[in-house]
Amino acid sequence: MPDAIATPASFTTAPVSLYRRSVNLIMTSAAALAVVLVLLPLGAIFAYLVYKGIGALNWDFLTQTPKPVGEAGGGMANAIAGTGLILLIASSMGVPIGIGAGIYLAEYGRNRLGDLVRFTADVLNGVPSIVVGIVAYAIVVLTQGHFSALAGGVALAIMMIPTITRTTEEMLLLVPNAVREAAYGLGVSRWRTTLSITLRTATSGVITGVMLAFARVAGETAPLLFTAFGNQYWNWKVNQPTAALSLQVFTYAISPFDEWHRQAWAGALILIILIVVAVSAVRIVASRGMLKGAS
Amino acid sequence: MGVGIKVEHLNAWFGKTQALHDINMDVPANHATAVIGPSGCGKSTYVRCLNRMHETIPDARAEGRVAIGTLDVYDGTPAVQIRRRIGMVFQKPNPFPTMSIYGNVAAGLKLNGFRDRRRLDEIVERSLRLSALWEEVKDTLHKQSGASLSGGQQQRLCIARALAVQPEVLLMDEPCSALDPISTGKIEELIFQLKENFTIVIVTHNMQQASRVAEFTGFFLLGKLIEFDKTEKIFTTPSDKRTEDYITGRFG
Amino acid sequence: MANPAFGAPRLDEPQPVAEPQLVAKAEANSEPLLQAGSSHVADEVFRYAMLACGLCVLALVGIIIYELVKGSRLSWHAFGFSFFFRSEWDPVNEQFGALPFVYGTLVSSILALLLAVPLAIGVAIFITEMCPSRVKGVLAFVTELLAAIPSVIYGLWAIFVLVPLLRQYVQPWLARYLGWTDMFEGPPYGIGMLAAGVILAIMVVPIISSITREVMTAVPQQQREAVLALGATRWEMIRTGVLRNARAGILGGIILGLGRALGETMAVTMVIGNRPEIARSLFAPGYTMASVIANEFSEATTDTYLSALVEVGLALFLVTIIVNILAQILVWSVTRGMPARSNA
Repeated sequence: MPDAIATPASFTTAPVSLYRRSVNLIMTSAAALAVVLVLLPLGAIFAYLVYKGIGALNWDFLTQTPKPVGEAGGGMANAIAGTGLILLIASSMGVPIGIGAGIYLAEYGRNRLGDLVRFTADVLNGVPSIVVGIVAYAIVVLTQGHFSALAGGVALAIMMIPTITRTTEEMLLLVPNAVREAAYGLGVSRWRTTLSITLRTATSGVITGVMLAFARVAGETAPLLFTAFGNQYWNWKVNQPTAALSLQVFTYAISPFDEWHRQAWAGALILIILIVVAVSAVRIVASRGMLKGAS
Repeated sequence: MGVGIKVEHLNAWFGKTQALHDINMDVPANHATAVIGPSGCGKSTYVRCLNRMHETIPDARAEGRVAIGTLDVYDGTPAVQIRRRIGMVFQKPNPFPTMSIYGNVAAGLKLNGFRDRRRLDEIVERSLRLSALWEEVKDTLHKQSGASLSGGQQQRLCIARALAVQPEVLLMDEPCSALDPISTGKIEELIFQLKENFTIVIVTHNMQQASRVAEFTGFFLLGKLIEFDKTEKIFTTPSDKRTEDYITGRFG
Repeated sequence: MANPAFGAPRLDEPQPVAEPQLVAKAEANSEPLLQAGSSHVADEVFRYAMLACGLCVLALVGIIIYELVKGSRLSWHAFGFSFFFRSEWDPVNEQFGALPFVYGTLVSSILALLLAVPLAIGVAIFITEMCPSRVKGVLAFVTELLAAIPSVIYGLWAIFVLVPLLRQYVQPWLARYLGWTDMFEGPPYGIGMLAAGVILAIMVVPIISSITREVMTAVPQQQREAVLALGATRWEMIRTGVLRNARAGILGGIILGLGRALGETMAVTMVIGNRPEIARSLFAPGYTMASVIANEFSEATTDTYLSALVEVGLALFLVTIIVNILAQILVWSVTRGMPARSNA
């Protein structure tokens, strides 16, 4: 047994120096201060949204189209509808391709090509939204010769795809291999297993990914600036310029008219409600997930 | 009159590593045959070659002749068709988590296109009775999820699911190793009754289980079939010294 | 236990013919096996369909690069590389130089980082190491909420709340006490580089914070305990036990935040003043690469004008991609590598 190393009593029982304790206190306070400073703008934004938005929100706002400059009243009904139309177009392209790419990565993509696709999806995620707008302009608007909801939908679809792809892959990989094996053991073909068993098991997670992508693009403005372009009137045609909530808020916010400023707040409130609803729907679906698949 | 399994010159590989070497075995019909051996001896691989589950692993392959009755497993018939004739129960119970009990049992049929609803109800009940689960779940067939049952019940559910497609052969890969002794007992009782109508091959690392349940036993070591005979003979007067060493616990 | 036998077993051929006496059983036995065609074709079709979706992702990036290069060709021929070093942005005379935008993008982003990084790391430290666990989830959720707010709403709030605040209180204060540096002079419009930097800072805090939290959580508990056992205070434990190990990842998070700031469009456009000039003072209006595209793309009258804007977009794309890749590598090196290195 080695001799105990003599330690000076003062070393082990001396209190931590005042300097070190002060530093500790300052840093802890600084961290807490940081939290406060970050929460402040958040609180302020929501407070103003509600306060100013509610004031301008009325039935007219939700049902009428914009009135000409200078006239009071009017609303953003066409913009709300337009956002819906554009999101519908975007989802119809983005969701199938995104889920398909996710299935590819999880079930067939454990190889070099799969790694390349995975990497590219992450790259695609980081492309600035304004650049996506330029590309959608080049592919759709230039080809057709005019702005359109379709072009806006294409731009948003491009932005939805990487998110949906990666979350779908993640969720599918969470499904234990034993579940797939059980299906193979019953003589179920591979494609049927992937769709009816694997994807089915991962459904709530996949839906979460889709709704998150949806919520993210619902508020996008930049890619719509020169694709959907905006419209003062109702538009249900895919091939015409269309109003969108985010575009309208932007246009009104930078305008010099007070009336439009008021309506911008209302529009922003509607937009944030839309997003909050989408994100909450995600949580509800995810938690109810399990026994929806009773045959 | 059930069907037996005739295995001739079966070899199997994982990539470059050979896992099974020239296996020859005659599994008799309507009996239970146990496959025993130390860890890594190839017994699971062997059984998974019988219904071509082995090839679902990337880079895995098998060659040889396996005949289930008159059905030649490796003659080019699509694996999917083969597997519909053979039932498999895995080591860890794996019911489909999003399906109800009814859904789980019916899965093999529904996913393969079977549509007749009334017949399906009958088959589900029959399978659950066969696997001794019916009385416990008959009231909550549609409401309870397959995954919410206890371990032993889940395994019986998986047996019912395998039986629902009415195979002639049932392969069981250490079906009780994840279960408690009471559930294990129930499943062993089940096997005893099932073998009147099915040919069963059961992989087990538990020698007592083999002697309780199976009339025939094959002993595997390092990918080779060392000895195959009546269970009684294997456990009392084995012909090969290696078998004797394993039985008496000298290794494995 | 009831044990109904299945009766006569099925015949062994792959395509059984139902025998008369088995009719009752045959109905029960009329399996899909009878319809068993090979699923091989369906499997292959499905595989190719999924592969096609995966290739779509590759194709999209390819298309983006192609269109950006094609669109900027005209401008490239006209101005060459000096495009990024000239300051003249004159659509009327078709003279385009992107230096003001590059300057604006860099300055606003760096300013944003200077403000955001201490805050974000502070928040992350608080949530991970100092916060009682009941509050942890709520705080984390709330910071994520910040990330969900659309850019245009940040911009809206910035125009009507932040800018007046800056104009009335912050800028005069800065001019009085820090005006001796050249950075805080000129009329306090409120609108300008400072406003852009502040709103950008608020927008990138959530990203930096959440990555920092992720990498801090990935540091194994043993590291913390080892430092504490030596008698360290809590801050000292955080500094040497956690932050030091998570350094690379935190840097990655910061660079990711930079990537986000570089590409941010709407909020910046709404408060930066949109004047293509380079000025020392943070009070002056400026212009960023993303903003000039947003403001002028749909009004571009000539081909060269449009091409110049696309070239700005191409540059923005390249810079953002490189920055993001760098960030991913850094973050990856911590969250994947850490468990393996913990025994060192």
